[in-house]
Amino acid sequence: MVLKVSDLTIARGGIKVLEGVSFELESGGAIVLRGPNGIGKTTLLRTIAGLQPPLAGRVDADPDSLVYAGHSDGLKATLTVEENLMFWAQVFGKKEISQAIDSFELGRLVNRPAGLLSAGQKRRLGLARLLVTGRPVWILDEPTVSLDTDAVAMFASAVRAHLARGGSTLIATHIDLGLPEAKVLEVGPFRARAAEIDDFDEAFL
Amino acid sequence: MNLNALWAYANPKKFIQATDRVLPWISILAIVSLVVGLVWGFFFTPEDYRQGSTVKIIYIHVPSALMAINAWLMMLVTSLVWIVRRHHVSALAARAAAPVGAVMTVIALATGAIWGQPMWGTWWAWDPRLTSFLILFLFYLGYMALWAAIEDDDTAADLTSILCLVGSVFALLSRYAVNFWNQGLHQGASLSLDKEENVADVFYYPLLVCIAGFVLLFIALVFLRTQTEIRARRTRALLARERMG
Amino acid sequence: MIALLVRDLRLAMRAGGGFGLGLAFFLIVVTLVPFGVGPQSELLARIASGILWLGALLACLLSLDRILALDWEDGSLDLLATAPLPMEAIVSIKALAHWLTTGLPLVLFAPVFGLLLSLPEPGYMPLVLSLLLGTPALSVIGTFGAALTVGLKRGGLLLSLLVLPLYVPTLIFGAEMARRGVEGLDITTPLLMLAGITCGTIALLPFASAAVLKVNLR
Repeated sequence: MVLKVSDLTIARGGIKVLEGVSFELESGGAIVLRGPNGIGKTTLLRTIAGLQPPLAGRVDADPDSLVYAGHSDGLKATLTVEENLMFWAQVFGKKEISQAIDSFELGRLVNRPAGLLSAGQKRRLGLARLLVTGRPVWILDEPTVSLDTDAVAMFASAVRAHLARGGSTLIATHIDLGLPEAKVLEVGPFRARAAEIDDFDEAFL
Repeated sequence: MNLNALWAYANPKKFIQATDRVLPWISILAIVSLVVGLVWGFFFTPEDYRQGSTVKIIYIHVPSALMAINAWLMMLVTSLVWIVRRHHVSALAARAAAPVGAVMTVIALATGAIWGQPMWGTWWAWDPRLTSFLILFLFYLGYMALWAAIEDDDTAADLTSILCLVGSVFALLSRYAVNFWNQGLHQGASLSLDKEENVADVFYYPLLVCIAGFVLLFIALVFLRTQTEIRARRTRALLARERMG
Repeated sequence: MIALLVRDLRLAMRAGGGFGLGLAFFLIVVTLVPFGVGPQSELLARIASGILWLGALLACLLSLDRILALDWEDGSLDLLATAPLPMEAIVSIKALAHWLTTGLPLVLFAPVFGLLLSLPEPGYMPLVLSLLLGTPALSVIGTFGAALTVGLKRGGLLLSLLVLPLYVPTLIFGAEMARRGVEGLDITTPLLMLAGITCGTIALLPFASAAVLKVNLR
């Protein structure tokens, strides 16, 4: 087990959105989070990644095992593909980026400034960042946005290779990734019930 | 009294109930002591042999200047309470005190200018005290602007309380820096405002009453404004929940 | 950490304006002052050190919102926050990069601008020394302001309102040191005070900046 979420309650903008979220992620396992827009998938992933504190419950994971990829790729338009990747590799104490470039077929683009890439190419570069960090647990928020069918397949095979290496991943997505081995976790049942109005407490509700 | 019992008022509902009970009394006391102090001070004290009747502005100037500084100190304490114990009422009290403190600073500056005109022949001089108060006013402005700019209430409370902490250190630094700076310019303060020492007893007692009046007025205003902030916060929370469905 | 510094410097050079913009602004201020107060060199000589300090401060202020806003917009800050770097280190490196691209060029070119404002001979060393000691504090304080306002759409004006009062002690001691230098007076006291403020700021303020940034990232 590389990630254990127990009885997690999270809030967005001071309003409870999900409560009692519990699941475990095994080494080599994949979990796909599903649920309607606005239910709190992004907030859940950011909480697990340690970007915001939960209201209650706990996230058990080695903090040095997680890598998070959000809606934006964190790319610098004036740096080349190679420089962008190299920067993130160095931040995570790594030097090797060629495998990541191959996996997402960025070879032809290495010397192109990231600002000149198409939306899909940028996303591929953003996902390639996951590989260079060398971290085993990927926390991914809508990783396939602006990817075409081929690129989605490319992404799926990168994830599969990652799982085969003993890595694991937690993905929030709306589309079918073509990863039948992934467990699906519906977030809907964890939707927080609104507090009673009479209960005029610290939270002002 | 057990000091821990004080924390019960960190609950918004308890706070509103408790302050509702004492607010009328504090307000009445504030008005009474202000009226007594000001009337006493303005009409029943002799005129200063040097400064004439202009000295009587002291009854507004000194209390407002005191409150300008003490309001910031109160904000510092409530900010610390918010950071350490996460009581929302504390953060909202800091927010409520800021405009009051800012107005006190303006009153102190304005009355100082009105007093200074006949005394020094100028509305404004870059005296260390005047300058420090101007800087304090800037700190109030920044603090209030930051509260106003951030939508999420808890985020705003966190950021403003850290700003209050950092600001306090820099305000203190500025106070000493300004002292040093003016000395460097004027070779000793010719426009000394150190009047506490040379205030005679006749002026002293009405001044004390006025100070008490200003303190009570400040407490009443902060209680009232904190209540308003709590209710506004509750409205926002209810609206937000409605939007969430 | 070095990777982050190298990246920020590289970005400043590539995006253009990183090094140049602050300097150009400084030059414009220095050019405009004689238009405002008149060209008499005795008058200019008297106010030169103050103008140069004010110009440096404003040039610094001009580029503050770029310290963190760009990384915020493209999501880099989120990713950096989850990287194995403490937030305190990130904000310190950001401040250092800002100083290297804005403060240091100002320090290096200050003598040239002093020439334009007919700064008296004995004033050059104290001026450069005071800027060298003071501008790092400006960058660190500015990073705190940038961290406070990073999530705001139009944070620029608010940033100035928050940061300028915090600049007061640095400005007072820095300008005082430069002025005393011009008048040939002893500069030890303002020098020590300025150095103390800068050291204290560098040592302590990154903790506040990091705390504020973490709040803004949630």
